Amino acid sequence: MFDFLGIPPQALFGQMLLGLINGAFYAMLSLGLAVIFGMLNVINFAHGAQYMMGAFAAWLLLGILDIPFWASLVIAPILVGLFGIVLERLLLKRLYHLDHLYGFLLTFGLSLVIEGLFRWQWGSSGAPYPSPIPGGYNLGFMFLPTYRGFVVVAALVICLVTWYAIERTKLGAYLRAATENPTLVNAFGINVPRLITITYGAGVALAALAGVLAAPIQQVSALMGTNLVLVVFAVVVIGGMGSIMGSIVTGFGLGLVEGMTKVFYPPASNTVIFVVMAIVLLIKPAGLFGQTK
Amino acid sequence: MVEPLLKVSGLEAWYGESHILHGIDFEIGRGELVTLLGRNGAGKTTTLRSIMGIVGKRKGSVTFEGRETVGQPSNQIARRGIAYCPEERGIFSSLNVEENLLLPPIVKPGGMTLAEIYKLFPNLEERKRSQGTKLSGGEQQMLAIGRILRTGASLLLFDEPTEGLAPVIVQRIGDIIRTLKERGFTILLVEQNFHFAATVADRHYVVENGRVIDTVDKASVEQSLGKLQAYLGV
Repeated sequence: MFDFLGIPPQALFGQMLLGLINGAFYAMLSLGLAVIFGMLNVINFAHGAQYMMGAFAAWLLLGILDIPFWASLVIAPILVGLFGIVLERLLLKRLYHLDHLYGFLLTFGLSLVIEGLFRWQWGSSGAPYPSPIPGGYNLGFMFLPTYRGFVVVAALVICLVTWYAIERTKLGAYLRAATENPTLVNAFGINVPRLITITYGAGVALAALAGVLAAPIQQVSALMGTNLVLVVFAVVVIGGMGSIMGSIVTGFGLGLVEGMTKVFYPPASNTVIFVVMAIVLLIKPAGLFGQTK
Repeated sequence: MVEPLLKVSGLEAWYGESHILHGIDFEIGRGELVTLLGRNGAGKTTTLRSIMGIVGKRKGSVTFEGRETVGQPSNQIARRGIAYCPEERGIFSSLNVEENLLLPPIVKPGGMTLAEIYKLFPNLEERKRSQGTKLSGGEQQMLAIGRILRTGASLLLFDEPTEGLAPVIVQRIGDIIRTLKERGFTILLVEQNFHFAATVADRHYVVENGRVIDTVDKASVEQSLGKLQAYLGV
């Protein structure tokens, strides 16, 4: 096959796939952050730790109880989501009347504690998780590992289902309304405090689901969420705080941008997202899909 | 003696440190339409918000169908059958017109159907896919009223439904409120516009400095006109 600007197609498409996979995780994680921020007004810095907990839950379920990947895909998010619900009931709900900064500090502290505990128990070197669908396809211009293809499709499905649940269902209408005016929604007879708890649990479960999907690709380790969450925050800022579609499109888009940078100018690949963030903030301070209040 | 549907006695309320209501007393029988009149800042809106349980702190007693509501969270008060239409209308911009209409959950049987509500407000049906806050002021008010008719609540609290609207729309809203009363709803109306209130209400309570200072029945409105004008400063 021909080269494109001197880049062999294997490298180009390989990086594109890698970008798409990273983008899939950015999208899933920033989606959860957007949902939580919209409803709770809390910037959930523990999102990375909760993603890591999802991966660990799957790894432990497999190692100790011999529960396969496909079952973990359901069980691990439920377990971590319940953990999120306990956090919300015990700690977060005491901060809603305060500035954003307090929620941010609390969740930041929590993520340090959680990651510290996991590192203390299991070390930081990481453990492998076997791929549930080994093998792959030779597409001619590149080799596609089956599981990686599955992750991209699964992430798209998860994003679209979440979008549909929020924009097109009755529960979603409650959520959107309660984001705007919780007092009035409560006065209509909807239990808003419970709605908030459920939302946080669901957002955390979404992070854990991403973690389970990541387990066979990455090493399962206590710090796997730390670096990711920084990039995801940049994605949320670029997309616009609280915008659902914005999170999805920006997540996948920035994954691709990062992948392409790796092909054409590798030294910038770690910083390109933050450069994009700076430019977007200069031109559109509310983010690409955000609404100025 | 028939027990009133809503009985408010010695109701006090606070916003933070400020003591707004100093002991409100009044009652409404089933099927009645009663207004709270008074100047700006007299405590009328706070009275409605206190009945709904959305003020900082309240004391005293508000019984609905004979049972106390003070101390209950507002979502449970709503579930008992009280619905609230706030002064600022509270239309949700992230919901379209129909989603706004369908938002308040059904709390009891016997509410109006969506078809009946659209019959009462044909404009809303024409614009059911529009964003809620893209409607005109009058249409938003009708949406705010229409929204609470589905729920099966028997007591409706309206806070200044005619505020800032053109005379022809005020007349429409008057007709609608009379229709609702005929349909058996019990209505507590807060109004600044006395001429509007006088055409629809069975009884008026005059609120001043967080207390009910006078009661005027429909029959004696004519004789009391001078007194009422003095209270309202018009």
